[in-house]
Amino acid sequence: MSAENLETSPNQDNHTGNGPPLLELRGITKSFPGPAPGTTIAANDGIDLTLRRGEIHAVLGENGSGKSTLMKVIYGYHAPDASKVSPDSYRWLGRPALPGSPAAARRLGIGMVFQDFSLIPALSVAENVALFLPGQGRMLRRRQLVRRIEQFAGEYDLEIDPRQRVDDLSLGERQRVELVKLLLAEARLLIFDEPTSVLAPHEVDGLFRVFSALKDNGYSVLFITHKVREALAVSDNVTVLRRGRVTATAPSRRFDAPSLVAAMVGAENAPPSAAPEPASAAPAVPKPPQTPPAHPPTTPEQTGGAQKETALEFREVSTGRAPRPLSRFRGTTPGGLNAVSFSVRRGEILGVAGVAGNGQRALGEALLGLEPVRRGSILLFGQPVTGHTVSDALKGGVSVIPENPLSDAMVPDMRVDENLLLAGLGRGRPAGFWLNRNTIANRAEAIRAGFPLTMAGPAAPVRSLSGGNIQRVMLAGELGQGASIFLAYYPTRGLDVLSAGATRRLLLEQSNAGAAAVLVSEDLDELLALSDRLLVMYRGRIAGEFAPSEASPQEIGLLMTGHT
Amino acid sequence: MSVFWLVISGTLTGAVGPGISVLYAVYGELITERAGRINLGMEGCLLVGACFGFIATAETGSAGLGVLAALTAGGLLAAIHACLVINRDTSQIAAGLALTLFAGGVTAYAGRDYVDSIITGLNPIAIPGLAAIPVLGEALFRQDILAYVSYALGPILWFTLQYTRWGLSLRAVGESAAVAFAAGRNPALLQWTAIVLGGALAGIGGAQLSVGLTHTWSEGMTAGRGFIAVALVIFGLWSPLRGMLGALLFGGAVGLQLQLQALGAPVSPFLLDMLPYLLTLAVLAVWTGAASRAMPEGLKGILRTG
Repeated sequence: MSAENLETSPNQDNHTGNGPPLLELRGITKSFPGPAPGTTIAANDGIDLTLRRGEIHAVLGENGSGKSTLMKVIYGYHAPDASKVSPDSYRWLGRPALPGSPAAARRLGIGMVFQDFSLIPALSVAENVALFLPGQGRMLRRRQLVRRIEQFAGEYDLEIDPRQRVDDLSLGERQRVELVKLLLAEARLLIFDEPTSVLAPHEVDGLFRVFSALKDNGYSVLFITHKVREALAVSDNVTVLRRGRVTATAPSRRFDAPSLVAAMVGAENAPPSAAPEPASAAPAVPKPPQTPPAHPPTTPEQTGGAQKETALEFREVSTGRAPRPLSRFRGTTPGGLNAVSFSVRRGEILGVAGVAGNGQRALGEALLGLEPVRRGSILLFGQPVTGHTVSDALKGGVSVIPENPLSDAMVPDMRVDENLLLAGLGRGRPAGFWLNRNTIANRAEAIRAGFPLTMAGPAAPVRSLSGGNIQRVMLAGELGQGASIFLAYYPTRGLDVLSAGATRRLLLEQSNAGAAAVLVSEDLDELLALSDRLLVMYRGRIAGEFAPSEASPQEIGLLMTGHT
Repeated sequence: MSVFWLVISGTLTGAVGPGISVLYAVYGELITERAGRINLGMEGCLLVGACFGFIATAETGSAGLGVLAALTAGGLLAAIHACLVINRDTSQIAAGLALTLFAGGVTAYAGRDYVDSIITGLNPIAIPGLAAIPVLGEALFRQDILAYVSYALGPILWFTLQYTRWGLSLRAVGESAAVAFAAGRNPALLQWTAIVLGGALAGIGGAQLSVGLTHTWSEGMTAGRGFIAVALVIFGLWSPLRGMLGALLFGGAVGLQLQLQALGAPVSPFLLDMLPYLLTLAVLAVWTGAASRAMPEGLKGILRTG
């Protein structure tokens, strides 16, 4: 591997156009079977992309714009549509080289870090790396491997202990392991699928420094993001995808945030006031004018009495199994709550920040009564409800928009309208004993009419919908019930920029109408824009509490990863 | 004092012999489970090993050929399991149990003329020098050749799993077949190998029971040892070395029972027979944290509900 570093001398030849580009794609098209039999949907539609040695290239686009599909085509995971393939489609160092499998792509020198890493938690870092290195004899030379890992990790300031088990590592550390794995396997093009989605803000900066260092050593980096700021932060070039097509590609210095947002969402959809907060993609749809900034927490039109009323309170709530004192594998039960206290008033939005898996899920499970509360108590409008059932919670005005609607809150084989009705049934508002098709249809239609987002037709089975459409049905069902306490998990996940903006507006409207809301999100920008107060969760505890104005993303990021 | 000492030394001496057949089955099940599969047909593999090993030895007069026949029978039976669960995607629990019942029938039929016949078989070989060590020498170094092989197999298996690429691949498949596949391994082939190898090892264990330890064949003579092995793999937290300890424990329970019976102790042998099961149940109840951490990820869908 040291030979490789010598051979690819830093930078000089990279930008002068000396020799063929590392990777050239011409007219890549990839279709998948559509919802109706016989139809197809082009996830990638005639995509061109050029990547030179020592280049950092960002691929920007919304969910469903075809970014991941393109990366998987490059990595040999998906084969592009055969009818559109020519020798020019895929050139590696100037030669036609379309890889037929990930293994073939790896032989070319392409490595990919998937969003959900391909590491085995029960094995050590070194063993995981060994698994991916091509055959080097029958024996594992652990000591040698550990040395090489430490050498690479040291070169790029990646703190990794090769002897640790992967399940003891944070997501950021696992990402570093993936990177070292690729470097040891002598990849020269490193593809990252949404690498920042698992990282806290300060870790993102660290990752980008690593990208720069890799570039200086002649590696090429191709990474996916849906955040404009990240696309502009380190890349030499940006390619923007929208609905499977390239809408812009150029050196990043020629772009600014508004032009990238316009390319992402299409000129006709771009916000007229050219992106008020260029630092972020989230405010592409600005807060509705009629809502004042979330501060102060209460809006003027509310009555003095309602202002103070606490809708939801957690007092020292702990869930999950108690840590056993003598266990060698002690520690808090993963995902459980540990003495969590907070309260939300009517008309207030409480944001919960944290890396996924730090107790956010347990919040909802405790609130809904799905998970027994081991210690402490939960109060709805001042009434203790600990030990309640799901039905109690729903009748008490609680509404939860879950993390995974399809598995947590919907019956996939039932129709859209049936699922909408189901959301209301639990609240003691059934349409009589018999289910009358007309009543169901009318109710569903009423919800649809009152809902500002385009939604799938009532007769479609939920299973057949895309993630964004399912999320819309979920939102319509929950936000349309007039609940007084909302707990929303990643409510804008999977939605396009416009729907996401409308969803945020809906939440603000509900809040202004006097509902209390808890908003769990991984998107710090979204949290900062919507919340009146912000909690940071780490390992089931509240690691910090802020007003959005006094919180810096860096500070929050440090708390999210357990630094105090 | 001297009675106590007699019981101890007698128990130890008696512990190793009955433990060997279980130990082979533990190795076999352990390889299978580290590859992410479970084979409840271990009892059947032991049984066909015991039966066909005995028949081959009786017919040819060669214990070596007997062991070879046992190994083949165990491997073939396990191959049926592999085909069912890997290629046909059958329930592993149902397939394993059905194979055990099938083996019970087949061996009862095939072995019906050999019940009560006696063969020379494998006999203890005292290791010069080592056999003279008090108590331990008697227990460990006056055994048949298959016992000595089993002593070596534990560390070899451990080393293979930890320090060879094949071992790493096998463990990787047991943890995540998808990741192993992405890393260029062939999960189906690795699991086939593990299951067949596991069955062959259990077959040898069966031969040790009939050809080595007892020199007889009787219907159903394995008496649940294959199932005990499945439990002992959990008891040993999927480590071959701890598995050896588990097998010794089982043997010890048998040895102790024989000693107590010989002394006329007022404890029912039926109660003593339960000892290994009780120990395993206790371990399952107490070591859940450790067991769930050590358990190969691929087994969790079958062995754990929560």
